Amino acid sequence: MSDQTPICEPCGLETLPAPDGEPVIRLVNVEKTLEGKKVLDGVNLDIPRQRITAIIGLSGAGKSVMLKHMIGLIRPDRGQVLVDGVDIARLSRGELYKVRRRFGMLFQGGALFDSLTVYENVAFPLREKTALGEGEIRERVLSRLAQVGLEGAQGKFPDELSGGMVRRVAFARAMVTDPEIILFDEPTTGLDPIIRNSILNLICHTYHQHGFTMVMISHDIPEIFLWSHYVVVLHDGKVVEAAPTAEVVHSVNPFVQQLIRGDITGPVHLM
Amino acid sequence: MVLLVETIGKRALQGINRMGKMTIFLYATIASLLFPPYRVRRILKQVHFIGVKSLFVIVLTAAFTGMVLGLQGYYTLRKFGSEGLLGSAVALSLIRELGPVLSALMVTGRAGSALTAEIGIMRIGEQINSLESMGIDPVKFLISPRLLGAIVSVPLLTAIFDVVGILGGYVVGVKLLGVNAGVFFGQMEASVEWNDVANGFIKSLIFGLIIAWVCTFKGYFTGRGAEGVSQSTTSAVVLSSVLILVGDYFLTSVLL
Repeated sequence: MSDQTPICEPCGLETLPAPDGEPVIRLVNVEKTLEGKKVLDGVNLDIPRQRITAIIGLSGAGKSVMLKHMIGLIRPDRGQVLVDGVDIARLSRGELYKVRRRFGMLFQGGALFDSLTVYENVAFPLREKTALGEGEIRERVLSRLAQVGLEGAQGKFPDELSGGMVRRVAFARAMVTDPEIILFDEPTTGLDPIIRNSILNLICHTYHQHGFTMVMISHDIPEIFLWSHYVVVLHDGKVVEAAPTAEVVHSVNPFVQQLIRGDITGPVHLM
Repeated sequence: MVLLVETIGKRALQGINRMGKMTIFLYATIASLLFPPYRVRRILKQVHFIGVKSLFVIVLTAAFTGMVLGLQGYYTLRKFGSEGLLGSAVALSLIRELGPVLSALMVTGRAGSALTAEIGIMRIGEQINSLESMGIDPVKFLISPRLLGAIVSVPLLTAIFDVVGILGGYVVGVKLLGVNAGVFFGQMEASVEWNDVANGFIKSLIFGLIIAWVCTFKGYFTGRGAEGVSQSTTSAVVLSSVLILVGDYFLTSVLL
């Protein structure tokens, strides 16, 4: 029997041991109605600690809304959003801001500040939320930019960057404060397959280096199964499957199979 | 009939809801000013954007407003043989009414619309959500500096408007139409009281607050996409301008 640590197949780094203990984020019976439509309908979900969890589902299934609940950007109409046992939906604004220091978030379009350079964007959370000196900030920012392969782009403005570069800068910004949890809202949507895989590889690589908890919304099916430990399938505001990736891939749920295969016939008829 | 009452009721509720939302927004902005960090550099940047960059348009508008007042005032006063009162007519009109109101309207058009568009684009581009996700209060970070910037800038611009407008009236009245310079300034000095200047200052402070409040509110709660930002920008300019004019009437009636 070999005592060698297994290697992560896609990124080639040593895999991290499965963590023990409670899930880091827990959604309990969460309901949310927006503009008269029930977007989340009694969602119960556990996000495992120090693992990559992918959330998949049809467009408009409520994935982004669910992700925003996890960081308190949207409060539920009913139910609880627990981060390490604390219901963030009931916290005051100041207490919520303290909890958010544990998070980094990468938004769909990157959400970089367009009046700031790449360097200033990545330095922004450090300047605003820490007491670090400019020397240390510089060191951290440059190291994160090197990690995402953008050493030479620090002086550029967001409108001078390609879609893939914007996501990489946003990723560098999301992890510059060394958060415990990073949320990704469609980090690869609209990118070509090579750049998409390079971003997913970067996410996987960073996970294995730092052991962050990562939650990622994705439409890249089936590619995303290669890069995630757990998969959550959301449909019509409900979690229809939440399990380790291998189990979801072999799920007997007809909707899950239709989503994985991209069949136009099945339980969901769009036309 | 029931439908009519229903529609009126619905509109009234929406109006009350919107007013409540605006009041809470203003309260949150003012409350956030009371606690550190104070971000003086961001406030100065707004004073530069709202104040310094509006200087040209303010000087231009003020000069021609003063010149028109000089011209109109001279021919009106001449009918009564009172051309000597031109200085006081020009100065009082500018200091009490035209200075604060026209400055505020010009700032609304130049800077207010830009405030709405900038914040609206940040909203639809999820930059405001991004601030929130970092644990940074967007009202404190984005709105408070703009509110303070407008409250500082508009009275200063109004003072400049008054001075340039009076000079415009002087050029037309004294240099072109031949009113005696000593009489022009003497009458002005005799008729303008400290109270007039103070009232104009109070008005401009309140107008500055209205511009920043309305324009940032409309941007912060903008609709979806480019069309949403465009509609917010238009309605911000219209609402600010209307509130300035309506507010001017009520302020005048209280301060007189």
